[in-house]
Amino acid sequence: MAVYVDIEKNFRGFSLKAKFESSSPTMGILGASGSGKSMTLRSIAGIETPDRGKIIINGKTVFDSEKKINLKPQERHVGYLFQNYALFPTMTVRENIGCGFRGEKKEKAAKIDDFIKRYRLDGLEKRYPSQLSGGQQQRVALARMMIGEPEVILLDEPFSALDGYLKDVLQKDMQEFLEEYSGDMMMVTHSRDEAFRFCRELMLLKEGRTLISGNTRELFEQPQLLDAAQLTGCKNFSRIERLDDYHVWALDWDMQLRTMQKVSREDNYIGIRGHWLKPVSKKGENCLPVRIEEYMEGTFEHQYLVKNARSEEGNVIWWMKAKESFEEDPYEGVPQYLYLPPEHLMLLK
Amino acid sequence: MREFLQEINWSPLWISLKTGVVATVIAFFLGIFCARQAMKLKAGAKAVLDGILTLPLVLPPTVAGFILLMIFSLRRPFGAFLMENFDIKIVQTWKGCIIAAAVIAFPLMYRNARAAFEQVDVNLIYAGRTLGMSESHIFWRIIVPAAAPGIASGTVLAFARALGEYGATSMLAGNILGKTRTVSVAIASETAAGNYVTAAFWVCVIVSISFVIVALINIISGKGMKTRRWI
Repeated sequence: MAVYVDIEKNFRGFSLKAKFESSSPTMGILGASGSGKSMTLRSIAGIETPDRGKIIINGKTVFDSEKKINLKPQERHVGYLFQNYALFPTMTVRENIGCGFRGEKKEKAAKIDDFIKRYRLDGLEKRYPSQLSGGQQQRVALARMMIGEPEVILLDEPFSALDGYLKDVLQKDMQEFLEEYSGDMMMVTHSRDEAFRFCRELMLLKEGRTLISGNTRELFEQPQLLDAAQLTGCKNFSRIERLDDYHVWALDWDMQLRTMQKVSREDNYIGIRGHWLKPVSKKGENCLPVRIEEYMEGTFEHQYLVKNARSEEGNVIWWMKAKESFEEDPYEGVPQYLYLPPEHLMLLK
Repeated sequence: MREFLQEINWSPLWISLKTGVVATVIAFFLGIFCARQAMKLKAGAKAVLDGILTLPLVLPPTVAGFILLMIFSLRRPFGAFLMENFDIKIVQTWKGCIIAAAVIAFPLMYRNARAAFEQVDVNLIYAGRTLGMSESHIFWRIIVPAAAPGIASGTVLAFARALGEYGATSMLAGNILGKTRTVSVAIASETAAGNYVTAAFWVCVIVSISFVIVALINIISGKGMKTRRWI
């Protein structure tokens, strides 16, 4: 896909400056709430007007402040899935889907029938949105969006208002939908799990600024920036001193580390995700002597807050360890050392 | 009693009802139109427009009547202009009744419609736009139906107000039996003439109609809401 965005917008003391270009069919914008990610998505759809900048969708300029171009949302052919689906409450399922139809009048009825079948809404045509389950509502919203054959679809935090079981079911439905969908998708979310699951490419947004963008897995492996690492859910960081091309001294963990990546002079932090730490019994390279500061119990994992046993000072390290059973004693399996695998160490600026 | 009912001139009731219906139709469309325009304004301009459009509700009706008289009097430019070019006379005619009632009833319609529009989720509008629907389609097919209970109660209130209008009507349209004498004007003039029985009869009529209207509002606006009692 080709969506090019370079926009600026000021509102209520907050300024948004987003600049990115997507090159894969599924792109995500990951940011905390208030980072301006929804504003960016709304600007692409034309619901919100940026103060300055340019937006190009598939080669068509839909917004350009210098050339005074600002296409109406109606003319952008962009599908938008709202967080609460924004189904029209006074219309039936059939009427809702019909609202998205663009084209010849005589084909309308047949096409609506087709979409009702395709989105498994048979028998619900005459129901109103309030009489539908969450999953059915999502399917109506998708059908209503897709019947107009949009060039790009935009999903605005589609799962953040849901919880537990329903969320899992709707994510599965969405995945099936996206597998069949051949066009381009862009999704806004504050959940790193959703971003990882649905988006091949990712743009990280913090306080209205684009941090970094790129391939999702590469970004999770090597976020390159401290802020980016935090946004993707990493909790363990230390300041570093460079020793040579592949060795650093981690100041806050009080230990020497060997890295896979070459250490550049601009790198001043190192980080590692809590799931990658390995318990070992013998002292060796990249091994941290363990002292448990605190223990927290997750549903399916133990969470230990660990410090270097040799020193009082320094940062804690979160270590996540999967449970074998609910009964096991969390302190029984505590090792003497934790191994920080060089391939999972992230050098950060 | 039967004699009294046979002798009474029913024209004030019909004039009141006719005036009420026509004035409500005018207030309905004008109120919705103004509410829609107000929703597009920024906060400051909205407050000013809102204040102006609500004035007829808070001013004494005689003030509204005075202003209307100043506009439509045949001795004033606009009134003379209407008379000369279109042969339209507002003062002391049934048209005057309608205009007076519509002006007084308008703010009720406008305010209720605006309050109802404010309750409508803006994402519905945005959704309509991204789906390619035209603005008027979005307004009449999505927003108005979603705001229907508020609009309906505004309409009923406007009708009730138009039906009972006295102050502005008596100043602009006067008190001509069979032409501009509405029920409320009749009550005033019968009382002034000492015909308490006739006045009381009209009072009963207007009280019963008003009660039915208020009950109707409660039924309309209570629809879809949770009926929870305070115990």
